[in-house]
Amino acid sequence: MKKIIFSIGIALLFYNCAPDKPKTKEEYPEFDESQTPAPAASQVDPTKGIGIIKEVTLNKPIEQDRVKRGVSIYEMKCSACHKLTDQRLVGPGWKDVTKRRRPEWIMNMVTNVEVMLDKDAEAQKLLELCLTRMPNQNVSIGDARDILEFMRQNDGEK
Amino acid sequence: MTINRILSIGILLSSIAILFTGCKPKGPQSVTTSGAAEKVYVAPGQYDEFYNIVSGGFNGQMSIYGLPSGRLFRIIPVFSVFPENGYGFSEESKAMLNTSHGFVPWDDLHHIALSQTNGEHDGRWAFGNANNTPRVGRVDMKTFRTVEILELPNSAGNHSSPFITENSEYIIAGTRFSVPMGENRDVPISSYKKNFKGTLSFISVNPQSGKMNLSFQLVTPGVNFDLSRAGKGPSHGWFFFSCYNTEQAYTLLEVNASQRDKDFILAVNWKKAEEYLKQGKGKKVSNVKYAHNFIDEKTDVATSEMLNEVMQLDIAELKDIAYFIPCPKSPHGCDTDPSGEYIVASGKLAATIPVFSFAKIQKAITDKAYDGDFNGIPIIKYEAALHGEVQKPGLGPLHTEFDASGNAYTSFFVSSEIVKWDVKSLKVLDRVHTYYSIGHLCVPGGPTKKPHGKYVIAYNKITKDRYLPTGPELAQSAQLYSIDGDKMQLLLDFPTVGEPHYAEAIPASLIAPNSTKFYKIEDNKHPYAAKGEKQTKVERKGNQVHVYMTAIRSHLTPDNIEGIKLGDEVYFHVTNLEQDWDVPHGFAVKGAANAEILIMPGETQTLKWKPDDVGVFPFYCTDFCSALHQEMQGYIRVSGTGSNVPITFSTGKIEEEPKGK
Repeated sequence: MKKIIFSIGIALLFYNCAPDKPKTKEEYPEFDESQTPAPAASQVDPTKGIGIIKEVTLNKPIEQDRVKRGVSIYEMKCSACHKLTDQRLVGPGWKDVTKRRRPEWIMNMVTNVEVMLDKDAEAQKLLELCLTRMPNQNVSIGDARDILEFMRQNDGEK
Repeated sequence: MTINRILSIGILLSSIAILFTGCKPKGPQSVTTSGAAEKVYVAPGQYDEFYNIVSGGFNGQMSIYGLPSGRLFRIIPVFSVFPENGYGFSEESKAMLNTSHGFVPWDDLHHIALSQTNGEHDGRWAFGNANNTPRVGRVDMKTFRTVEILELPNSAGNHSSPFITENSEYIIAGTRFSVPMGENRDVPISSYKKNFKGTLSFISVNPQSGKMNLSFQLVTPGVNFDLSRAGKGPSHGWFFFSCYNTEQAYTLLEVNASQRDKDFILAVNWKKAEEYLKQGKGKKVSNVKYAHNFIDEKTDVATSEMLNEVMQLDIAELKDIAYFIPCPKSPHGCDTDPSGEYIVASGKLAATIPVFSFAKIQKAITDKAYDGDFNGIPIIKYEAALHGEVQKPGLGPLHTEFDASGNAYTSFFVSSEIVKWDVKSLKVLDRVHTYYSIGHLCVPGGPTKKPHGKYVIAYNKITKDRYLPTGPELAQSAQLYSIDGDKMQLLLDFPTVGEPHYAEAIPASLIAPNSTKFYKIEDNKHPYAAKGEKQTKVERKGNQVHVYMTAIRSHLTPDNIEGIKLGDEVYFHVTNLEQDWDVPHGFAVKGAANAEILIMPGETQTLKWKPDDVGVFPFYCTDFCSALHQEMQGYIRVSGTGSNVPITFSTGKIEEEPKGK
């Protein structure tokens, strides 16, 4: 019992004086509310992945300004590991990714990769295949949306 | 068995017994009381409460420890090259160590000054001094990197440096050695009294960028300046310097500079000096040469510019900006208390500690309570400036720090102790032994208006038996004491690197939340950055070959390069494409005379390589980055001088085996 009180004492000591540890993305989402509507609390859909992206509205025709931004982000942060064909490099090729995955799943994978690799069954299958954890490239929600638009174009959508 | 034999066995056995019971080296046994361990225990995964920013002395670096644990987190190279991160080796950082004497790879860093706002720590920058080639360096506390170095002309032995004013208006740097300056520098050493002068440099600090500028220098009579502090609160606008060798000796100072019963504290009214400058009374001196080096935040590349002018004011000519105050026996530390009213001066050969009162100094100046002058500068009567003396405090007082409750903590080198005393009543309250021969000491926030208190740390000059021996050279010993109660309590010994002189400690909450995690690749403006593999290339410019390379877990692009010729200089500009915390990559190529480089996420760093033979040379990542780190490698082919192998580069390209050779 003494020990427990002692540990609590220590815990309190540090709780009081040590600075806060960095918050994870989940605790402090930099989420642009205008992008998607707030989800219903009960809605859990495994095909959408894990993260703050619950609903993505895709427009037709595809949005060219997003595609343009998406290409430049791809070239800077993604192309070292992902080809635009179906060939796997470090990670899977992007060809037809928008046909295999829900847009929400893609954006959650890009913006919440640590949690996805730890908890999402589909993401874990990919890790087993590629054996390299996809790095967190600190892609914002808006940038992830632009990348998604570029993926749609890469998959032949007009 | 002879008696002799029995005796010798007995002696042998008892020696063995002594050997084993004495397996900890002899010395003061544990003087910590129970409870010390839990006071310094920081559980796994928990953070320390304070950063301790410690000068490295002769290693030219600063080191960062956590308190109360005493754990070493980081070494920040300032005035010395550092193989751990390529500082002074990478093409980007070499210019940081440029001086008017050329590239200086190693200097001596003694004192730390943390930036302040309203007399309190603001956690933005840490300044340090180079003693031998006089310079002041600035470390950005977001990145824990040296971002600027300013050389000081007309300075020799930059010891009284750096000290900071309460809003970081100025960093000041006083010269230890007085020297002849100006046109007339080739003079007999024996002409000290006539030709040698001291300088006090006032370096302004840009409140937004932190950029330093040598604003002006005060020219003083030839003496040695030792340490200093800015005034604060009521004494803001003043600076106090300890000086010794008022005998103006130029040989065997040990004897010849210790003749007088009293040396001086120099009180300087720098607000007045500013007024004189505004009135145009400064003298622009142009026969100087000093380097100003800084890292461009956008490109991350250091540039060095050579400056040739400095503004000077002579304190003997302008009668009312400086005053000497007599101080017993070669004063060393010169510290102002948190209220700004008291100035504590420690004569290192004295048996008392005089404490001066700022209000009394002001009154003495108004009343002209002078005792003659020294080289044209009025000397205030000792008693007229004195608040009082701490009697019989100990032997060899050096430095004083303060807590928030009106107490002072003075280090005593000769008697190896810290003495706690009351600033107002001058009564000695407590004393603890240090192991051994303490130099500087540090209370978190001790030099500010609002000390954070809790601990005092002793930086000892002699280690002897405190740690496992490591040959003749030992780790320096720092010691952490609790000052929460009436009695100081020794909590922890922790070894330090280099030879710490002054250190400051600051609450982690003022620094940790602002710490940079990675450099945004979008903001990288390095002229040779490859922001994405599409921008990688190899370009020949005469005999210079520039490789724009990228690194990401777990490959380098390009990883096959051909077309290099003997006589070429190859520059590997490696951009780390990662955008996550704590994922640096390294780079090394066989035969590089320049060690290797380390590249933080989002950053570009350059390694210069001059191949000295033909062949195929390997390069690889030197910082363990992923499960496939050992795969992160490549080849570069070097051909003979007259070869016509074209420049080619690729990654992941598999060609058919060439026929023939």
